[in-house]
Amino acid sequence: MAVTKVVMPKLSEAMESGKIIKWLKKEGDRIQGGDILAEVETDKADVEMEAFGGGVLRKILAPAGETVPVGVLIGVIAEPGDDVAALIASAPAPAPARAGAPALAVAAPSTPAPTPTASPRPPAVAPGPMRPSPVTSAPAAAVAAQPSGGRVKASPLAKKIAAQTGVDLRLLQGSGPGGRIVRRDVETAGAAPAAMRAVPDAEFEDRPLSQMRAAIARQMPLSKAPVPHFYVTNEVAMDRAWELREELNALEGQPKISLNDLVIRACALALLQHPGVNASFRGDAIRVFHRAHIGIAVALEEGLITPVLRDCHAKSLAQIAVESRDLAERARVRKLRAQELSGATFSISNLGMFDVAEFSAIINPPEGAILAVGSVRRVPVVDEAGLGVGRRMALTISCDHRVMDGAMGARFLQDVKRLLEEPLRLLV
Amino acid sequence: MAVMTYRDALNMALREEMRRDGRVFLIGEEIGLYDGAYKVTQGLLKEFGPQRVVDTPIAESGFTGVGIGAAMVGLRPVVEMMTFNFALLALDQIVNSAAKMCYMSGGQFNVPIVIRGPGGPAAQLAAQHSQSMETYFYHVPGLKVVRPTTPMDAKGLLKAAIRDDNPVIFIESETLYNVKGEVPEDPEFLIPLGKALVRREGTDVTVIAYMGMMYRAMEAAEDLEKEGISVELVDPRTLRPMDTETIINSVRKTHRCVVVEAGAGFAGMGSEIGAFVTEQAFDDLDAPVERVTGANAPMPYARNLEKLKTPSKDRIVAAIRRVCNVNGS
Repeated sequence: MAVTKVVMPKLSEAMESGKIIKWLKKEGDRIQGGDILAEVETDKADVEMEAFGGGVLRKILAPAGETVPVGVLIGVIAEPGDDVAALIASAPAPAPARAGAPALAVAAPSTPAPTPTASPRPPAVAPGPMRPSPVTSAPAAAVAAQPSGGRVKASPLAKKIAAQTGVDLRLLQGSGPGGRIVRRDVETAGAAPAAMRAVPDAEFEDRPLSQMRAAIARQMPLSKAPVPHFYVTNEVAMDRAWELREELNALEGQPKISLNDLVIRACALALLQHPGVNASFRGDAIRVFHRAHIGIAVALEEGLITPVLRDCHAKSLAQIAVESRDLAERARVRKLRAQELSGATFSISNLGMFDVAEFSAIINPPEGAILAVGSVRRVPVVDEAGLGVGRRMALTISCDHRVMDGAMGARFLQDVKRLLEEPLRLLV
Repeated sequence: MAVMTYRDALNMALREEMRRDGRVFLIGEEIGLYDGAYKVTQGLLKEFGPQRVVDTPIAESGFTGVGIGAAMVGLRPVVEMMTFNFALLALDQIVNSAAKMCYMSGGQFNVPIVIRGPGGPAAQLAAQHSQSMETYFYHVPGLKVVRPTTPMDAKGLLKAAIRDDNPVIFIESETLYNVKGEVPEDPEFLIPLGKALVRREGTDVTVIAYMGMMYRAMEAAEDLEKEGISVELVDPRTLRPMDTETIINSVRKTHRCVVVEAGAGFAGMGSEIGAFVTEQAFDDLDAPVERVTGANAPMPYARNLEKLKTPSKDRIVAAIRRVCNVNGS
């Protein structure tokens, strides 16, 4: 039988070490894959640590109370007959050098490999509050910490069942060899909510979290708390944009343009002029993007999702209209491809259809800003001619203060306003 | 149905086909006066005479060539290799003449020949006389290759091979000649070539094996049944053309696949089955296809080493547990 190395797991993106609160199993206990071995305190939460393989817990190398770097061997699970002496001898002394970690972690079956902190590439999928599925770090106990940006190991059958049942493989802990997600893991995950529903209560009911809701719930605190938001609001006169849109939509053979398409186009043009807003905080640098990939929040029954419209700066209004409608429709029937859910450099959230005066949105890290779009409302306005009726729309940009300051956000918003108020600019 | 040995089932098949078709004749070493080294041709010289049961010198290439020539001009020879290891001496005749004649003559000459004899691991016959020979033949386009596991298959498949218009390599086994089983006495009982058989139905894993390995896999399946692992056993029976459909259907049902073969694993039957299962049933697999094969070494003479060389029941059980992701108890 295989020897399973128990290493300090990487339970969140930022985690570098964890403190063992207590061991729930002692040396000599028989362990099954999935058993809770110990409780670990991380930078974010106290987390139960699962066994990735079965056997007997032969050795505990890090006692309760000790703080251990991610990836370092803290225990050994093996069959009684297996020789584990060499492995135990190879374990680093307490407070081992971090350099020793990756090698151990690579050898350990099913253990999330620690991501080098100085990774030159951004995670392949960015977590965000609007984007339920991409999970690069997992703070919750029940969730496996997958290697950041790494591929999910699942059997072909498990992938097929997951696709059919809508189970998100990234949220599962594989029980197969090497941590592979196999059929029973997906089936268990798919069946879990039904089991929970089996205990109703007269005064209230506990609705199980959908995969999407669960992901949103996990990501929200990671988006809001660590990112210092500030907000800038302005009001846009939409009379001319409204007329232009009506004119365009009266043209035969042209795709129907929505107000949101006008906003997308305006933002794309403004982002080119204000690259500082089309930017991402990288810890030791600010990454400025030369292309505008815009995430468009789409409300769904069980949550919302943010498909990405790529290269908006290079697309005509008609193209934007066609492609954004396609993305939204496929989002509603859950037919988006993974690559359409990641890579945005900026996002737009529009609640205009709900008669909302204005609101503010939460940034999708690692993006640097998000624009919240309210309804176009007919309001009394005062101009040179006196009191009249005009169409007005409130825009609120939420900005990451680590990336930009208030003036930068305000200037960007001013340009968006100008583009929408002189909407012929959107056509040239 | 009669209960008889594998050997007698082969004898019955030969006798019936010789009675049925005057073109069928036997040729090989010691098959007439001596009744065959393994007594498969017992009594046939007496019944059919020396024109149809031809004893030859020790010259495999020569008498195989005689058989091929006879087949080209309309007879239906059954060539016996005393053991299939000796077929290596006739490899050029088999590979370059029998297998290709139809193709190279533009379809003018069929070669309806059966080349039969025992092969595969035997009991202490050592490196040169105890080996899986089918691998040398099933690679060759133009040959059919049959490995009958039971007495019933021995009869039904040999008769179908004799009636087939193509060259058929028919490899029996020393260790199975005395195995008894039910055999239909109907002289028209045939088992079509290219049809696999599900010998045991199961739901958790498909195990593919033939000949002695099938018997071992059967024991493994019975042991695992007690642990709640349900094993489906598929016997290809004809290795070429292989009945991929039956195998794929089984894997689609169980989602796991183990191939057991007595020969060394490299480029063996398990490699081939593993490849087409991956190609055709990738999305149905819950685990990689596992192979349980003979060790990568010539067959040792020493009994203890011989035992280590061939796949044991325990190794089959372990592989099944691995693909089912169940720890051993």
